[in-house]
Amino acid sequence: MMIKTSKPKKVLILGSGALQIGQAGEFDYSGSQAIKALKEDGITSVLINPNIATIQTSEDFADKVYFIPIKTEFVEKVIKKEEPDSILLQFGGQTALNVGVELYEKGLLDKYGIRVLGTSVEAIQNTEDRSRFTDKCSEINLKVALSKTATNVDEAVAAADKIGYPVMVRIAYALGGLGSGIVTSREELVEKAKRAFSFTKQILIEESLHGWKEVEYEIVRDKYNNCITICSMENIDPMGIHTGDSVVIAPVQTLSAKENFKLRSIGIKLIRHLGVIGECNIQYALDPNSDDYRIIEVNARLSRSSALASKATGYPLAFIATKLALGYALNEVENIITKETSACFEPALDYVALKFPRWDLQKFQQVSTQLGSEMKSVGEVMSLGRSFEEVLQKAIRMLDVGAKGFVCNDLEFNDLDKELSEPTDKRIFAIAKALQCGYSVEKIFELTKITKWFIYKMKNIIDTENMLGKLKPDKISEDLMREAKQNGFSDLQIAILTGSEELEIRNLRKKLNVLPVVKQIDTLAAEFPAQTNYLYLTYHGIENDISIGEENQIVVLGGGPYRIGSSVEFDWCCVNAVMAINKAGYKSIMINCNPETVSTDYDICDKLYFEQLTHERVLDIYELENPEGIIISMGGQTPNNLAIKLHNQGVKILGTSPIQIDNAENRNKFSQILDRIEVDQPEWKELTSLPEAKSFAEKVKYPVLIRPSYVLSGAAMSIVLTKDELEEYLHKATDLNPEHPVVISKFITDAKEIEVDAVADHGNLFCYAIAEHVENAGVHSGDATIVLPPQRTYLETMRRVKIITKEIAKALEITGPFNIQFIAKDNDVKVIECNLRASRSFPFVSKTLKINFIEIATRLMLGEKVPRIDKSSFDVDYVGVKASQFSFTRLKGSDPVTGVEMSSTGEVACLGDDYNEAFLKSLMSTGYRIPKKAIMLSTGVLKSKAELIEELHFLKKLGIKFYGTERTANFYKQNGIDVEILYRSFEHKEPAILTYMAEGKIDLVINIPKTSEKIELDDDYIIRRKAVDLNISLFTNVQFAKRFFKALKHYNEDTLRVKSWDEYS
Amino acid sequence: MNAKKHIAKLILEDGTVFTGYSFAHYGNTNGEVVFNTGMVGYPETLTDPSYRGQILVCTYPLIGNYGIPDNERTNGVYKNFESESIHIRALIISDYSTEYSHWSATRSLGDWLQENKIPGIYGIDTRMLTRKLRDKGTMLGKVIIDENPDVDFEDPNMTDLVSEVSIKKPVEYKAGKKKVVLVDCGTKNNIIQAFLGRNISIKRVPYNYDFACESCDGILLSNGPGDPKINKKTIENARKAMEKNTPILGICLGSQILALAAGADTYKLKYGHRGHNQPCNEMGTKRCYITSQNHGYAVNADTLAEDWRQWFVNDNDGTNEGLFHISKPFFAAQFHPEASPGPDDTEFIFDIFVRALK
Repeated sequence: MMIKTSKPKKVLILGSGALQIGQAGEFDYSGSQAIKALKEDGITSVLINPNIATIQTSEDFADKVYFIPIKTEFVEKVIKKEEPDSILLQFGGQTALNVGVELYEKGLLDKYGIRVLGTSVEAIQNTEDRSRFTDKCSEINLKVALSKTATNVDEAVAAADKIGYPVMVRIAYALGGLGSGIVTSREELVEKAKRAFSFTKQILIEESLHGWKEVEYEIVRDKYNNCITICSMENIDPMGIHTGDSVVIAPVQTLSAKENFKLRSIGIKLIRHLGVIGECNIQYALDPNSDDYRIIEVNARLSRSSALASKATGYPLAFIATKLALGYALNEVENIITKETSACFEPALDYVALKFPRWDLQKFQQVSTQLGSEMKSVGEVMSLGRSFEEVLQKAIRMLDVGAKGFVCNDLEFNDLDKELSEPTDKRIFAIAKALQCGYSVEKIFELTKITKWFIYKMKNIIDTENMLGKLKPDKISEDLMREAKQNGFSDLQIAILTGSEELEIRNLRKKLNVLPVVKQIDTLAAEFPAQTNYLYLTYHGIENDISIGEENQIVVLGGGPYRIGSSVEFDWCCVNAVMAINKAGYKSIMINCNPETVSTDYDICDKLYFEQLTHERVLDIYELENPEGIIISMGGQTPNNLAIKLHNQGVKILGTSPIQIDNAENRNKFSQILDRIEVDQPEWKELTSLPEAKSFAEKVKYPVLIRPSYVLSGAAMSIVLTKDELEEYLHKATDLNPEHPVVISKFITDAKEIEVDAVADHGNLFCYAIAEHVENAGVHSGDATIVLPPQRTYLETMRRVKIITKEIAKALEITGPFNIQFIAKDNDVKVIECNLRASRSFPFVSKTLKINFIEIATRLMLGEKVPRIDKSSFDVDYVGVKASQFSFTRLKGSDPVTGVEMSSTGEVACLGDDYNEAFLKSLMSTGYRIPKKAIMLSTGVLKSKAELIEELHFLKKLGIKFYGTERTANFYKQNGIDVEILYRSFEHKEPAILTYMAEGKIDLVINIPKTSEKIELDDDYIIRRKAVDLNISLFTNVQFAKRFFKALKHYNEDTLRVKSWDEYS
Repeated sequence: MNAKKHIAKLILEDGTVFTGYSFAHYGNTNGEVVFNTGMVGYPETLTDPSYRGQILVCTYPLIGNYGIPDNERTNGVYKNFESESIHIRALIISDYSTEYSHWSATRSLGDWLQENKIPGIYGIDTRMLTRKLRDKGTMLGKVIIDENPDVDFEDPNMTDLVSEVSIKKPVEYKAGKKKVVLVDCGTKNNIIQAFLGRNISIKRVPYNYDFACESCDGILLSNGPGDPKINKKTIENARKAMEKNTPILGICLGSQILALAAGADTYKLKYGHRGHNQPCNEMGTKRCYITSQNHGYAVNADTLAEDWRQWFVNDNDGTNEGLFHISKPFFAAQFHPEASPGPDDTEFIFDIFVRALK
């Protein structure tokens, strides 16, 4: 009998939700490509993804978009409503895969007659379940690391005894390797296993492959069993460091052809055996002393690695994977990159691509900076070039962490050997230091286990550094200048080494005719004349690949690596700016270096420079391309910081003048402007000594907010309440002197924060959105929960905010996007900050109001006439709530509290017919669950305790039990609420808080930090940390908790409605 | 360090001069300039006899990373190389790794080339060079490293390259009872290993050997360098062997020889196929294989006789990649099923041939 497999008509796509460590912007890229591929085939798409800042959830992508939690219950509601015939699970990371498996296991896919496109759920399970995976490999005689499953701590210990320590502990269904790690003793194993079993029923104990090379292959397969490898990648950091935290190079560098093609064959054999259809990734460990190997894992979905591979090779993996899932054969799909060749071919690179992770560990309190098998990085960059030295130095600069390259950074290490053998986020700089100190390649290899070839190459950089260091700039020969540039040195590095200035070196270099050339990424090493727009610059060449300097070009600077405070939201802004430029009839040029973005996709702009967002490189491209202007206001702070320097070089910046940008960024200048237009701001002062700081704080009265001017030192902003705290902070965190002053400002307690996102045209306010924070001032705006339109702000405050916004727009002669943050208390409104660029919340307000602020801003910057927007458009009948996603689970030891420093890694936003509905959906989208059993209360100071009384009475009616610390319990007992006392860890008494948490008796912890005795503070930290480690929902902000309970009065999981974006009008 | 750099030049017949630095033998040479897009496998590629007479450009920029392995032999032939010596005339690359690291390496690429008196140039814009060869077609070139620039352009395809690379006297490699005569037009070692690994004995004979009269179970026409039409004797012998219905497999040059013997025509490609990523469609199926290739000539499929069919066709440019006879055991692959270096997707071709052996 022939099985009829007709083409699907309506496909449901699951997104990946908020960005978090291990699952970031790469899934916006893959989902967007999937939707485009479906569209090309005339298939209707329905997308579920609460990540409102993504491109995939924009207009003109999916036919229907649902901003709702990616959870089985919600997905089922959408299935009932939309009746799709098929589902795509490969494009939303682990989140989508997990939901897909659950839908399958609960029989819901069968029930609703939904076909899984591409890799079957059974095949997915065979890759996800470690023991099934091991069996699958053994069936065809492939080697996996020795491993045993354990379902309890005793079994784990027995397995480890058999394999022998050290062993790797792996946790099934791991999202980016959560909780996995190497343990060296029985004690460590017991600790780890206990933690793991609170998440999962099964863990794996594996042989340790410490020091082996780690390599990956991206493989695609169609339903006709054609199977090819698209890209090979080699981790420079050997086994032991999560691949997400490893520096990775494509293609592999230190493998012989035999090894390379052997691993390729094994991969293909396994993928065929597993029955993957579409895209997948396979990771291997390779013995550095023989050709022995182990298969580590297979990800049967698009992944971070596949996004990287796609960007590294130019091969549109996600797009093609979608076509394969629809049933096409590889050689039936057009190669949209080359238009010349088949999609059934393996890219040949004539350059190398290096990925470097971006960490932001200094943003977290108490977190360990050591790298291991749990991923900690929040973003990454990719550099392209034609030598290892070139891509390494470029990549380090792309990170935008202040490092000037591999060398010329002011970093000291107390214990270099330890830094090399127990890597932290600073290891690359430790290697540079070691080479400078004369460590041999052999010794560095012994300490790091990094393949020597890489270290030799790094040493070449040091050799060039030494040569330059002996010279005056005018003594640099053309040959040496070229060698330095080929080895990745920036003009600034050369200037530092020769005691000169960046621009002086630039001029000297041009005089020597040492200039970079433009090369194309064409996937086929120039074998055919592919018309690609995908470009990079290198000093290893003498000819430009393309005709440069066309007319009517506009450059948009991208946002660089995702990091805390700058991520997918800015990419949304950049992509929308590019689309507006194209629509206006200009040619767009994008400069960005982040492989996880949509802005770096092949079909977004007319030319893509996968390049550094540095002054030098932007100037290089500007001089080559001679565009009409550059837009620097879309990619966040990274491009914004370049404004004045580029302006000083005569670069034409579109939109608000860089002089005005400087006026807004410079505190003194900005204050003067605010004074002139009679707008208030909290009192502040820049201070350079402790006595000054103390007397200022006393004058404005505590609490005060301190921010060090030199943020890179790792010192964080902080609120201090007393003189002692001020002293302690200033001693500990900063080197206070006229070079490194601190800014102290008055901190206003119990105040509301309000944000305005707006666009102006020649100083006239054009459109704006006012939103309020749920949390009181003191929580960073990037971590706060934001409501649009405001639900509890006085009309008078709103009016005042609008007037100030207008006045600031006029005073700074703004043309383009801007954002102002206000603090409001009793209708008294003060300005905290003003950014003359797009902000994180632009996609949120644009999509909630259905007015594309970025398109408008871009058109205004281009000097186009834009019709005025009707006032009523700002007045919507529904509510949008944006909530933050934290990744504390991954950052072992970090204190999961929000404060003045931002610590969230992503966000979601949901719409609702009312505030409560939107709020609850938003929270559930970030992983909060509605408590069913019991809540652990430790609610801080009296005032915040009192705030929750009414809500607890309500929860009691729902049958929820309360536990509390002694003081909290007593307080609520006096207010008629039964709270059972649990003891803190230092009380050494049962029933203890931690015991009840570990035993699963508590499903929500409310822990409001307060200032009191240190012992209690420490214990509070332990409780919070435990909650995160045990995956128990945690509230640390009283307004937030209160809001949540209020919403529960009106809604529960069953009554929350699913409505698509277009149903809100 | 800078002082040690020796200027080296590659001059093309159109007058273009590429200047880089020498990293190997200090001497001049000439040849046909071709490019290869493979990203690994320089020890195998450089010893592939099909590259005889050619100046090889690597499009992949980082070369020499994992050094050169030792001279270990299995079954009497080098395990890590495709023949007894290096066949390229010179190597042109972008970035050379003076330092290498690999467990199997015993020397650097530069040292190995030097031992074999082969010049090497690094620091060349190989992408620009490749684009030039792609647009204008394969060109003659010369490498000038020492002070004496008296080297002429010379087309190696005009000379009998096969006679240079073929074995001089027959050699036998014993395995099972069945025996294949391997007509050595410049065979790669891995073709020998492919048969021995399948327990088939090999008698390796010179290209001009009268193999049609040899008693055997099958004949393999090997790969090799240059224009297939030069090999008149081999073509004639192949025609005789076909008359006897002896199973024949042609690989690369062997495929072209078989086609010529069957009355078809061959022609020179503009710049050839050299790399590890050539997609070949198997006709009549939806299967597409990634193949390793190295050839400058191709069979003109339009000239095939009635009972011949195209077996494979290149998915990029539509050129012929393989043939078979509809009733007789004659097969041919334009690509290299033995891989080395390259993907082994089409190794099954040996299985098909072995099944057809008498």
